[in-house]
Amino acid sequence: MHGVFFVCALASILAVALICVFLFANGLPAMKEIGVFDFLTGTKWKPGNDIYGILPMILGSIYITAGAIVVGVPIGLLTAVFMAFYCPKRLYGFLKPCTELLAGIPSIVYGFFGVIVIVPAIRQAAAFFGADVSGSSILAASILLGIMILPTIIGVSEAALRAVPAAYYEGAVAMGATHERAIFSVMLPAARSGVLAAVVLGIGRAIGETMAVIMVAGNQPRLTGNMLEGIRTMTANIVIEMGYASGLHREALIATGVVLFVFILLINLAFSALKRRKDT
Amino acid sequence: MNGAALGEVSKKGEERMAAPRPMYGRGRAKVQKGLVYAAAALTFAALLFLICYILLKGIPNLKPSLFAWTYTSDNVSMVPAMITTVEMTALALLIAVPFGLFTAVYLNEYARRGNKLVNLIRITTETLSGIPSIVYGLFGMLFFVTYLHWGYSLLAGAMTLAIMILPLVMRTAEEALMAVPDTFREGSFGLGAGRLRTVFRIVLPSAMPGILSGVILGIGRIVGETAALIFTAGTMARVPSLLQSGRTLAIHMYVLSGEGLHMNEAYATAVVLLAVVLLMNALSAFIARKLTKK
Repeated sequence: MHGVFFVCALASILAVALICVFLFANGLPAMKEIGVFDFLTGTKWKPGNDIYGILPMILGSIYITAGAIVVGVPIGLLTAVFMAFYCPKRLYGFLKPCTELLAGIPSIVYGFFGVIVIVPAIRQAAAFFGADVSGSSILAASILLGIMILPTIIGVSEAALRAVPAAYYEGAVAMGATHERAIFSVMLPAARSGVLAAVVLGIGRAIGETMAVIMVAGNQPRLTGNMLEGIRTMTANIVIEMGYASGLHREALIATGVVLFVFILLINLAFSALKRRKDT
Repeated sequence: MNGAALGEVSKKGEERMAAPRPMYGRGRAKVQKGLVYAAAALTFAALLFLICYILLKGIPNLKPSLFAWTYTSDNVSMVPAMITTVEMTALALLIAVPFGLFTAVYLNEYARRGNKLVNLIRITTETLSGIPSIVYGLFGMLFFVTYLHWGYSLLAGAMTLAIMILPLVMRTAEEALMAVPDTFREGSFGLGAGRLRTVFRIVLPSAMPGILSGVILGIGRIVGETAALIFTAGTMARVPSLLQSGRTLAIHMYVLSGEGLHMNEAYATAVVLLAVVLLMNALSAFIARKLTKK
């Protein structure tokens, strides 16, 4: 039986190896054919004319992820502070499962919520100021993803805050600091690397999110920095066109997945580096 | 009475202490406290609003005709999708749970500490848990659908999902195994049981609630998954056999809301999905609480 357990334990190694091999083997040839530089920095995506540049999609993913971080990190971090230092014990027993529920809600339901609530709200707010926009935009995706990464940010930073020795807090209070000052000047800085790990994990979640983003981001493959305009992410690019793509087009989409995968691997690397620093 | 008096004294004391510190005064502390409460209120209000909005808008759309046995383009019944979801979940768990559980057993009960391979397994598992579902979907399409010639099928979808939830099952199982006190194992060894017998008769039964709550979380993820399934299981609306394409509830909802013709039905599907996820989370939390009480 020892052997059976051992073989099963190899499954995760095999899975990662297979994923790497199949993604790279199918994606790299297309990148080579298009030209790695042209592929990564090309600003035009026109599969009909065999023009494949995914810079708009890379920037789209980065903008939306940055927006999600701007929305989600302050709220998530402060909520984590609430959970760790303010929340009454009985309320905690109710609220903690709520944050887990926030993580459990399917992304398709989030996306649907975005379509029926956030997008119209942005459209109406813009109309109030005289702008005529559809509402499907970087802003909508940022707000929605900001909500979606909340459970990650809250969970990891709360754990980091709780891992700070209680003596730090007691020491600060004994020196005459208020509850707030002890938390914001002593506990939060002490939990810094854990909070940073939470942000990195949040970035990973946001950049990989697919269905919710497709439903609210507008999906136009263009270069824009306008918060109220639509944009397409790498994830959206794959799902939207994979259904009918063939030949080089299909391979270019897989190559988009490879670029996304490399982003994720780098983020994972940063995360485990941070975690290791926290451990030592 | 005594307590009230004490409170008064300490309040006075605080005021006296606070007075000579204008740099970090009451005002700033109040602002910080306000921000903390506001952020927490915002988080939970968003959750509450989302759930209530979907339930209130969706429940009136739950018509009996949506639960007809067959799907037609006139009546987009969700029953075939529900059955497909159950099949998909069962199949994915059938694959993922043994592998996840046995990996956890190997790591926690058999492997020596500091083993190079153990580190590699941990790193790859961590990598797996960070990979977004669309990348799993791409891999499933390239490997199961194309390379193994399974086509868009229930099996390809279930295999993809099994890999996706493997790290979740494994980590929760390992945590549950670690929580079993060593005295249990020592007692078992002391009575002459071997390692295998100890694992199956003593360790696994005591870790069962923890393992189960992880599996239930896995079910929640499978039920809600879309991106990994579109290009592995496809979107056919029927009850599939092992090598046929079928759509789960989440995909059903994606297709409906994407077409834009059946928004009411999409609302109704959202309610069902949300109800399943709420139930799974409650169940998992309930079992986990039972575990900590012991």
